[in-house]
Amino acid sequence: MSLRIVVQQQDFAVASEYERLRQDARCGAVVTFTGLVRELAEAELLSMTLEHYPGMTEQALTQIATEAQQRWQLGAVTIIHRVGTLLPNEQIVFVGVASAHRAAGFAAAEFIMDYLKNRAPFWKKEHTSSGEYWVAAKVSDQAALQRWE
Amino acid sequence: MLKILFFAALRERLGCASTNLDLQGQVLTARDVLNQLASQSTQWQPHLADTDLLCAVNQQLVPLSHPVTAGDELAFFPPVTGG
Repeated sequence: MSLRIVVQQQDFAVASEYERLRQDARCGAVVTFTGLVRELAEAELLSMTLEHYPGMTEQALTQIATEAQQRWQLGAVTIIHRVGTLLPNEQIVFVGVASAHRAAGFAAAEFIMDYLKNRAPFWKKEHTSSGEYWVAAKVSDQAALQRWE
Repeated sequence: MLKILFFAALRERLGCASTNLDLQGQVLTARDVLNQLASQSTQWQPHLADTDLLCAVNQQLVPLSHPVTAGDELAFFPPVTGG
């Protein structure tokens, strides 16, 4: 049950992360999710800045991944989250889960993303053609947690 | 001494990333600390009264009723928006 938690400014390569996750022959499934910087409907997005709470961030992600490993039988789990300044279409977050069968992998990847969105101390600020705005938390993200309770 | 950190929009509104508070041996809750900070500054008061604020003690998310003692690291921040 290897755990890889990375918080970094640099980009990541999904292909090499996938290769790392598929090394265990007991696992017949690898599920990965990549989150990207999306354009805005209301204004032109110039860039996004991701702030975090160094130290707590890594602990929170480790706790989320460990809880996923307790709920489902998983092989390797990887969570990568970028911080700093990102441009539209750049990669923000990667979650990868290896498991014996696909159901556990799909469920665990969703669980990790739902908890990351609500519990990991990251904050997005959008720099747009009409000004700078901190992104507001979404009620739908909070509601997503309820299905795991 | 209690170390207090502020992040993201709250840090910008307060114009402050961190401060210290001498607890003088008291055990307070995170909410008590928030109220004490608010009472010290009319400029900070409206921002610290935001009911959506989250708090962490020693880098663990906890409710505002959580106790803090000297040597702890207390952080206040808006709801998180990563991912």
